[in-house]
Amino acid sequence: MTETTVSSTAALRPDFAAIAEWIKPGAKILDLGCGDGSLLRYLRDTRNVFGYGVEIDDDNLLSCFRNGINVIQNDLEAGLSSFASDSFDYVILSQTLQAMRHTEGIIKEMLRVGKEGIVSFPNFGYWKNRMQVIAGHMPVSETLPYRWYDTPNIHLCTLGDFEALCQQCDARILERKVMNNHDRPVNFLPNLRGMLAFYRFERFA
Amino acid sequence: MQDSRSVGIVTPQYVQIDKPLQLKSGLSLENYHLVYETYGQLNAARSNAVLICHALSGNHHVAGYYAENEKSIGWWDNLVGPGKPIDTNRFFVIGVNNPGGCHGSTGPASIDLRTGKHYGASFPVVTVEDWVEAQAQLAEHLGIKEFAAVVGGSLGGMQAMQWALDYPEKVRHALVIAAAPKLTAQNIAFNDVARQAIMTDQEFYGGNFYAHDTLPRRGLRLARMLGHITYLSDDSMAAKFGRSLRKGELSFGFDIEFEIESYLRYQGDKFADMFDANSYLLMTKALDYFDPAAAYNGDLSAAFRVATANFLVVSFTSDWRFSPERSREIVKALLDNEINVSYAEITASHGHDSFLMETPCYHQLVRAYMDNISI
Repeated sequence: MTETTVSSTAALRPDFAAIAEWIKPGAKILDLGCGDGSLLRYLRDTRNVFGYGVEIDDDNLLSCFRNGINVIQNDLEAGLSSFASDSFDYVILSQTLQAMRHTEGIIKEMLRVGKEGIVSFPNFGYWKNRMQVIAGHMPVSETLPYRWYDTPNIHLCTLGDFEALCQQCDARILERKVMNNHDRPVNFLPNLRGMLAFYRFERFA
Repeated sequence: MQDSRSVGIVTPQYVQIDKPLQLKSGLSLENYHLVYETYGQLNAARSNAVLICHALSGNHHVAGYYAENEKSIGWWDNLVGPGKPIDTNRFFVIGVNNPGGCHGSTGPASIDLRTGKHYGASFPVVTVEDWVEAQAQLAEHLGIKEFAAVVGGSLGGMQAMQWALDYPEKVRHALVIAAAPKLTAQNIAFNDVARQAIMTDQEFYGGNFYAHDTLPRRGLRLARMLGHITYLSDDSMAAKFGRSLRKGELSFGFDIEFEIESYLRYQGDKFADMFDANSYLLMTKALDYFDPAAAYNGDLSAAFRVATANFLVVSFTSDWRFSPERSREIVKALLDNEINVSYAEITASHGHDSFLMETPCYHQLVRAYMDNISI
């Protein structure tokens, strides 16, 4: 990837840049639900990481091949049995948590396989979502673009909900970032004003 | 009409190897010859060579066709050719018949120069490791120091793996398709029934049927029929044949009634006329013996510690003879060693034979993978 495309990816995908800031150069990464592989490719080009993506969809798999990244076709719902414990510096689950059936299971697997886990998800507690629910409708927004009947998102949560799950799964939160629709950090009332949430966590020793 | 993306007319070539082949069994082949074909051009840097390893019944004739017979199309012609997933405009592709085979390389039907007779049963048992060694001799003959990729399906995939273990510095990419790190007991059992069918045929003569001017056609036919059933899936057989009757009604006898019986017998007969029974025995033994983890107390990850190649591992959902679970064992061993690997589990209905089919998703992935190989 050339310099220009790296910087344009950063501009187009501020969520990638937010994750990349947490990644130590040269780290070993597992990207769960890696889609077309562009995050892993971005991290490879900007952070010199080595890693693998995990993806189930055939079309995404082909895109990963074209992006030249390592990808393993596997159903995340079935766990990560191909991956040894403690074998990655970071296990990333980028905007995939909300579409998973076995939410608790995947967090536990991330804690087993990785030294640290990174999760990003759309914050259901964002005020625009709340307004739509108060108005009597399931929310449709920039980060939740689907309608209730065609959404792949089955396990939506708020910042508070996710933090409670981490506690339940023995995950210690190391860092949190919350972004609004202008891709700026949200520090004041994040559960109300934040659209995208990012967490970095490790397992309690 | 010929496919416009065919490599066209091809001619097999021969090489005599005078360096003895030291076999895993402790025996050796003092000298032997190999038949091979090449497609495309070796570039000036000699960096674009791709070796295709054949499976049980395959051979060196991977792509193209012979001038004398337009229908003699290579067994992986849908994958190898100009503009095809393994693009001969870019790669110099080599197909070779393994020693012990019956399509031109030294095998049981060859004359043993020491005795002036067919090797027959005296041809030594050859293994995947032995084949890799013979292929390495061919590479040397062709002046190839390193392969851009070694590619194989099934037993061929085992050879691709073995290459990455025996010659890590000579393999940049290994494409391991519909393979397994070792056969299961069930798989060995199928092979032994096939061998028993051949060896108990009265025309086998302990492997020296050449001297009796006959061949164990019945045994070979049964062996192939059994094998063929295991290469297909229940679903693909149901879709292709179901319970269709040739005459449309039951005839209350033991002649061919169901279409599947007719198909299998035809396949068996065809095979019995073109394949050597001793070669079949040898090929199935090579399958049974393959087990790179054996020398590491069954630890496949330890066996792969020496590998440095990048891997593509492919399996097919309906393949029950070399199931996706077995490919995932290979992937796990590669992951444990932090080797570059991609793994695709192709949704395909044709069972083990899927690796020979032109399933779009499968071919697109192989194409994308090959396109990323720098030469």
